[in-house]
Amino acid sequence: MGIASEALKNFKGFNLKNMPEVEPLSPGHRACQGCGEVLALRLAMKALGENVVMCSATGCMEIITSPFPQTAWKVPWIHVAFENAAAVASGVESAYKAMNRKGIINQPDVVFVGYGGDGATMDIGIQALSGALERGHNFVYMCFDNEAYMNTGIQRSSGTPFGAGTTTSPPGKKSIGQSTWKKNLPAIAVAHNIPYVATATPAYPVDLMNKVKKAAMVPGPAYLHIYSPCPTGWRCGIDESVQVARLAVQSKVFPLYEVIDGQYVLSRKVAKPKPITEYFKPQRRFRHLTEADVAKIQERIDAEYEDILKKCGGDGKGKEEKE
Amino acid sequence: MAKETGIISWKKLNLGIAITEPGNASQLKTGDWRSMKPITDREKCTKCGQCYIYCPDMVYSKDAEGYFVQNYYYCKGCGICAKECPVDAITMVQEVD
Repeated sequence: MGIASEALKNFKGFNLKNMPEVEPLSPGHRACQGCGEVLALRLAMKALGENVVMCSATGCMEIITSPFPQTAWKVPWIHVAFENAAAVASGVESAYKAMNRKGIINQPDVVFVGYGGDGATMDIGIQALSGALERGHNFVYMCFDNEAYMNTGIQRSSGTPFGAGTTTSPPGKKSIGQSTWKKNLPAIAVAHNIPYVATATPAYPVDLMNKVKKAAMVPGPAYLHIYSPCPTGWRCGIDESVQVARLAVQSKVFPLYEVIDGQYVLSRKVAKPKPITEYFKPQRRFRHLTEADVAKIQERIDAEYEDILKKCGGDGKGKEEKE
Repeated sequence: MAKETGIISWKKLNLGIAITEPGNASQLKTGDWRSMKPITDREKCTKCGQCYIYCPDMVYSKDAEGYFVQNYYYCKGCGICAKECPVDAITMVQEVD
């Protein structure tokens, strides 16, 4: 038995009846109406509780929670540059470890969390993240993936999916929008041989909270990839962000899985996958795509999902998709 | 400190421009952003808590009877609760003032 499955042996999990009432993130934050990213952050903070130290990279979740002279945080929170959230989280973890050993403080149960957006994780901060995962610090890294640099005005990142229109990959006569495929960062995290990697989305809140709690319980580094819809940047309705996140799972664009000690486990098997056009329909960033483009993307999505299924052991041991 | 608007004079800042109160963003009235307002129909409500769990602005809280009530001081009017309600108990109505 690996260290992660050993630590998670007695894990009970949350459900809608026993939701923790604690809100470490206060209301009054400046997120856009219908922000899926702050919803994911809120759920993650509810699962983590108040005994945490948060290390934030630059991005939406930093600016909306800390407009001077106010702060939405009720827990210790550090804002650092774009590239080093994971490095600072590992430094904080080492400092606590040293102070606990020397008897200066006695706080052995603090959870250390580094988080950033997809730009801060996939483009700018990947070397710090890779280093922290490789050194094996006991911390959680959360990537809130909204598939572009939304904070500065929807510039493309390496997390932007193929065909999506952004301000730096505008669709037109000679351009299809984003011309490269999305970087598979969970697979990069798995390649570091860390105990726990998972993907989650706020459309399945209990699943997200369970995964965050598991990541905090596991000794050693854990990586969470959280798919966070952005109505402003994706050009969908402000009330549709949760629906779009759900459609992403149901159309196999964003499969939900956990990797515990290198073993892939499917969290949610999609029995009757919806066509990818249903996921594209509410979002204006995909409106320019022709039928041939959609068929090409569908083919790639199907192949990637088959790959995940194969890693999970063929049939996928996950729960059946409930409508 | 700055209350509903989040605007403050530099003369009123603490020494070292430190923020001394955790979570004081809750003083800001984000309800000003709203043009549509969610109203719960208690006849239809099943107290399932979907509105509470999907709200990005922590607007909903449980009252003594178990219903989830909105705090309109923070509600930005995004309408996720109305969309996600499984029994369509929440409707969005135009804000009037």
